[in-house]
Amino acid sequence: MSDKLLQVEGLTTSFKIDGEYYPAVEDVTFDIGHNEVLALVGESGSGKSVTAFSLMKLHKKARVEGSVKFEGKNILDAKESEMNKIRGGEFSMIFQDPMTALNPLMRIKHQIIETLDIHETKKKSEREAYAIELLDRVGIPNAQRVGDAYPHELSGGMRQRVVIAIAIANSPKLLIADEPTTALDVTIQAQILDLIRDLKNDLGSGVLMITHDLGVVAEMADRVAVMYAGQIVELATVTELFKNPLHPYTRSLLNSLPSEDMLGGKLHVIQGVVPALNKMDRTGCRFAPRIPWISADEHEHNPQLREVTPGHFVRCTCYKNFFLDSSDKITKLVEEEQFEMIDEGGNN
Amino acid sequence: MSEFLLEVKDLKVHYPIKGGFFNTTKDYVRAVDGVSIRIPKGKTYGLVGESGSGKTTTGKAVIGLNHVTDGEILYKGEKLNTGKKVDVSSEIQMIFQDPYSSLNPRKRVFDIVAEPIRNYHRKPKDELIEEVLGLLNKVGLPAGSLYKYPHEFSGGQRQRIGVARAIALNPELIIADEPVSALDVSVQAQVLNFMQEIQQDMGLTMLFIAHDLGVVRHMCEWIGIMYHGRLVEEGPAEVIFNNPQHIYTKRLIAAIPDTNVDNIERNLQRREEVRIEYEKHFHEYLDEDGKPFPLVSISENHKVALPPKGGEHVNA
Repeated sequence: MSDKLLQVEGLTTSFKIDGEYYPAVEDVTFDIGHNEVLALVGESGSGKSVTAFSLMKLHKKARVEGSVKFEGKNILDAKESEMNKIRGGEFSMIFQDPMTALNPLMRIKHQIIETLDIHETKKKSEREAYAIELLDRVGIPNAQRVGDAYPHELSGGMRQRVVIAIAIANSPKLLIADEPTTALDVTIQAQILDLIRDLKNDLGSGVLMITHDLGVVAEMADRVAVMYAGQIVELATVTELFKNPLHPYTRSLLNSLPSEDMLGGKLHVIQGVVPALNKMDRTGCRFAPRIPWISADEHEHNPQLREVTPGHFVRCTCYKNFFLDSSDKITKLVEEEQFEMIDEGGNN
Repeated sequence: MSEFLLEVKDLKVHYPIKGGFFNTTKDYVRAVDGVSIRIPKGKTYGLVGESGSGKTTTGKAVIGLNHVTDGEILYKGEKLNTGKKVDVSSEIQMIFQDPYSSLNPRKRVFDIVAEPIRNYHRKPKDELIEEVLGLLNKVGLPAGSLYKYPHEFSGGQRQRIGVARAIALNPELIIADEPVSALDVSVQAQVLNFMQEIQQDMGLTMLFIAHDLGVVRHMCEWIGIMYHGRLVEEGPAEVIFNNPQHIYTKRLIAAIPDTNVDNIERNLQRREEVRIEYEKHFHEYLDEDGKPFPLVSISENHKVALPPKGGEHVNA
């Protein structure tokens, strides 16, 4: 196991709400090997981005527990000064929104040179030329001219490439991509994904890809971890996950996508919403309230992530007798409950 | 004439570029440059394109939120953009992209949904309440939400409020501008399902603007692909997806990620082939101004913007 690039064990990140800590990510365990892409999938509010930010130690006020071992060294114990060396160096992150991730007052090339300076990559005199080379490498035409431009002069796709150029500037061993293509058009998305794939192959880096787009996952990932309400509910290789999804949440997600087989037909709808952090019931199966037609006996009292077949992990036992149901009666029922919930929230 | 509820003929929306010492008009940004669309009653027309292709501008021009430089917008055979006031705003409504910013945070759901009704009819309050309750019921929101504020709802529920407002005056045409692109897949499914239900119940005609081809394919009978302010291809959904002719359409379709893991190798290969073809031949599909050529019919209901003379690669 020690040949793994990154090993995350029992990662729990809690935020303080009204004086009490509530875990947004709970007991998350996974690993990433060299030259491997692990995708983290889930709805908004499921804890994907919190996981990524915890790995980078970017949550200043949160309480982070567990261990994150990068090449055998626990980085959660690292000092802030050490973290500054790791961030942008061995670990780097592609942020979701290229509109806000860049400094609007700095020329593009200086933003790249800044990271090179911090990590003392290349000789001082070579850094500018290397910055332009990086821009060229991420497929920016006319790199010399773009290097002198300011972020507002570039389109969304171009800006995202600049963000990627900064992320790969110091040849990171682990690249964390937080929804790298969500803000982009499909053709540009395809180009950016190609780029990340090439970089992974060239540098042999591990990639943690965070996304809610299952199409992107199918194309990019080697393994997939599905998150729901702060926990990993299913973990498997990409082929296994798409061909033989087990957890009710994974199956519901896959069924809610428009597909060729059922053009114009009714899409499956997952009832209810992801529960709020401080209103979540932390005992039993967390997905149970959203599949009320499954009897309570099917769920475990304390659901565990178990290896069902080699390499395929599923949480809780409710997957065994799960079936999709979207009859109108249930839709109504759950919606009313949901509103009662909101009612209570509003009165507090 | 009455066969089509909405007919857009050669629509042009140009914005002047000002500059120089006297701030004179130097040139125009041709955001929409000759778009023609026809939507039969009760059908859904999908307008697809990348950001900046002019699809939202087209939608806004139809509803009168943008000026029209040239061209005709005919609604039930009647010209809308005459300068004279033709009041059809109760019959054409819009659903906006972002459910977070399109609802006034300081108004209650009742006021938001009742606003269009108040604009057109004078009604006593109890009647109004009854009508709003009926609308909320139609979009699947419980009566208890009447006096709540938008922030008390989730994204999908907010989009429903937006839809309730749009259908308040029993419109005939709805312009939906990226109604689901800000939503999670599970919520997206919810909104798409019930938009279809409402369309069937009320016999609505829809202009559905989106960049997600998977969603458009699911919702629309007819699709138009836009590039740089012009349509490059138009036809029934199945024709566009199974037999795309324009290189730009081919590229868009090849770029859709597929969730079927067996097809991935094949898709990547196909995408690479299309990319090479695109880079080699794309300029042949554009005129000297970098605009697509006018549409020509290649079969009964399939139109493509092919170069005037055609080329040997075009039909390959």
